[in-house]
Amino acid sequence: MAAELVVQIRADADVLIARQKARELAKPLNFSASDLTLIATAISEVARNIVTYAKHGQIVLGIVTRGRRRGIRVVAQDEGPGIPDIARAMEDGYSTSSSLGLGLPGSKRLMDEFDVVSTVGKGTTVTMTKWER
Amino acid sequence: MRASILKQGSVLIASVQGSMTDADLAQMRDELVADVRRYRATGVIVDVTMLDVMDSFAARTLRGIAQMIKLLGATAIIVGIQPEVAFSMVQLGLTLEGINTALDLEEGLALLKELRIDDHGR
Repeated sequence: MAAELVVQIRADADVLIARQKARELAKPLNFSASDLTLIATAISEVARNIVTYAKHGQIVLGIVTRGRRRGIRVVAQDEGPGIPDIARAMEDGYSTSSSLGLGLPGSKRLMDEFDVVSTVGKGTTVTMTKWER
Repeated sequence: MRASILKQGSVLIASVQGSMTDADLAQMRDELVADVRRYRATGVIVDVTMLDVMDSFAARTLRGIAQMIKLLGATAIIVGIQPEVAFSMVQLGLTLEGINTALDLEEGLALLKELRIDDHGR
């Protein structure tokens, strides 16, 4: 992944920074205004998960290529409590906090590729990619 | 960045800024609810034209604001959801069910008038 950008996530204000940085990074690519909003919204959800569950972590943003196509890759990493049941966490409306439980399944719908790796007690890594048109 | 709340007659108009943190949104909620009581407002318009992202937290907060205002006896209307934001909300699974929405401030004020007349006409 070329041109990586790391945003530390420690508080809700950092969620805004991650969103902003992603917009700047994605701007030169061939994304529609809707795509940029989808990416920013997905980042908002995963970054908020870090603040809520892990307290701190980081969002790594980068441009990826596949053939001539470019995309933006977002990796959200934390060393928080981890997700005991990923299958349930991917269900709409399931939440262990008072949230709406749309963060993970919703973000998956917003992006083209989505993957969660989590180990209880070790942390969680969410990797998601949106490809340009 | 904090929201600005304007009073126009018996209507409060709150403008959500583009870069509001969760804490800012929660503060706007608290101020709005207090202001409805203080000014005996009958309607509240929350203008989200400047909001570039509506994630699940923001949607939950807005829904909460609308429900609290309703409990106080006033009518809340969310106006100015941008088309891209609406698209993203639907993908995410956010519906704002049961909440009054309008295209913009003008339409929101018109809807408010309509709803209040209907209420009094019962």
